[in-house]
Amino acid sequence: MNESAPQFHFQTKFDLTILLGKKASSVRELLAHIRAVPKSSIYYHTHKFLEQHHYLSPEPPNDFAYWVSTVLNEPNLGERLSSIDIIQFRSIAELRESIILEIERYLSTARRTPESPEGQEFYFMSCRTFVLPTPFVAHSLTDFRNYLKLVTIQSIYYHIFDARLRSERGENDFSLFFRSLGEDRLAEDVLRLDPYTYTLEGLKQRILFLIEKYERS
Amino acid sequence: MNDLKEYVPIIGQDRVDELFLLAKKLEGKSVQNINSTAVGGGVAEILTRMMPHLKQLGIAARWDVMKGNERFFVITKNIHNALHGVPIDIPKGDLEYFLEVNRTNAAEMDLRSDVVFVHDPQPIALIEKRREIGNHWAWRGHVDFSSPYPPVWDFLTEYIRQYDAAVFSAPSFSRELNIPQVLISPSIDPLAEKNKDLPDEKIREVFDWFGIDRSRPVVTQVSRFDYLKDPVGVIRAYKMAKRYVDMQLVLAGGGATDDPEGPKIMEDVRREAENDKDIFVLFLSPASDIEINALQRGSTIILQKSLKEGFGLTVSEALWKGKPVIASSVGGIPLQIAHKYSGILTQTIEGTAHWIKQLINEPAFARRLGENGHEHIKSNFLITRHIKDYLLLFLSLFSAGDIVHL
Repeated sequence: MNESAPQFHFQTKFDLTILLGKKASSVRELLAHIRAVPKSSIYYHTHKFLEQHHYLSPEPPNDFAYWVSTVLNEPNLGERLSSIDIIQFRSIAELRESIILEIERYLSTARRTPESPEGQEFYFMSCRTFVLPTPFVAHSLTDFRNYLKLVTIQSIYYHIFDARLRSERGENDFSLFFRSLGEDRLAEDVLRLDPYTYTLEGLKQRILFLIEKYERS
Repeated sequence: MNDLKEYVPIIGQDRVDELFLLAKKLEGKSVQNINSTAVGGGVAEILTRMMPHLKQLGIAARWDVMKGNERFFVITKNIHNALHGVPIDIPKGDLEYFLEVNRTNAAEMDLRSDVVFVHDPQPIALIEKRREIGNHWAWRGHVDFSSPYPPVWDFLTEYIRQYDAAVFSAPSFSRELNIPQVLISPSIDPLAEKNKDLPDEKIREVFDWFGIDRSRPVVTQVSRFDYLKDPVGVIRAYKMAKRYVDMQLVLAGGGATDDPEGPKIMEDVRREAENDKDIFVLFLSPASDIEINALQRGSTIILQKSLKEGFGLTVSEALWKGKPVIASSVGGIPLQIAHKYSGILTQTIEGTAHWIKQLINEPAFARRLGENGHEHIKSNFLITRHIKDYLLLFLSLFSAGDIVHL
């Protein structure tokens, strides 16, 4: 095997949830903490739902939107926060700014801001992510397709979500590999997917479908 | 005790393989659990189930129980109650005795494992020994810390701060501390008597035994008879809903016999039930896991209308069985139910009655809630996830940074 030939080593990941000991009972407090918490906390609260409820479709809202809508009963702000198009951002910092902007816009016009009932405050969390190599190393598109069927949804999650936004690699790992194989159109098609609108299993099936389409053509 | 491979049909081979993959990264590391009792109570139950699994994963795991006399355990019971918010001032002499017992244990125990994992407040001051040894220590608080009595919390905090990490069961238990705080939720064992699959004949047998009609909707709350579980509120919600839908109510649990408030609660429940033949108040012995399993599986809707709750494992049990659950938004319940996705969260008796009607009249929606709830528990609240979190916790003590490449 030529060592410089493209290869893709599937990784998998595990998250340990960290409690930050900070809570908010109003939109103003939520905003103050959103400005100050570590990036991993913003990532956690905008992506946790996706992993924990990976079987649900369409995409459930992020934690901020969910809390604002269901606990504070502010559907307008809740809808704005859940509509933030995460796929357009290339870093957590950009995503954080967008959330801040939506909340500031709401606060500038809100006549009154509700408080959460006791015990239903928003608790800030974050995560520590442990990345481990799987035994699967693909040297071709066919290998890749076969291994993709075997890896866990955590692996898909890591290569699609963590790689692009959290590690700020610009695009997902799969598209980078497809490009290295000269499969630019496949790379673009996978890049164009909005992964936030699929369940993780649905996303896996969609990527498999695209690979098979290019293999046939 | 079940072999880990018995979980493969439930969570999949890949998830079980992941546990071995993670455990391999702890190869050669020893882990020592310490608590204050070998039998009885939730911590001992978790450790009893967990230890064989950790060993099967190749972890050099051991479990030690600290020694204490009656005076020590009276003091720790007071500490326990104070952590639940009861304003108990513990005399200085008692706190000194508490520390003395911890120091005697520290002198007698071999605490040289790579990771020392201390459970609950009783052995918390063993951490003083760490300075001599220099290994890694984590502390887990299993009780509800949402509103601890401040003087007792302050006393414990002095010791918690000396650990490398603190572990809590729900976000609301976290505090501003100078050490990392980790969220590790409790779990249910899908292979335990209370949760394993049951043939329909067994469910029918249990319902027939209690005289409950399965051809009509059955709404059930399983909990000990305790004001905090609001059994009277449950009956009121049932009465409101019953004006519009035909149904039966089952209140199943135990705990009344040894609780001084028990007779009063039962009197209140009976008065509220007003001899309604469709209300079944069932006292169950502690050995009634199969009956509880059958009641949960055969019910149309499960309620958990608690006023306060630690984590609420009865909610996990019901969701695991694919049941639509209506529960109060307290303690760890919101971790288990995303409102209208994997169950229903309510705040009031009226809201509970409203959703009972809705779910009885819209069985397709109710079924979807139950299916999502089952998946949520499968992904997040089974014992295999609990083991994974413990492995991650141990690994976290040997590494730094948000993203760790192992």
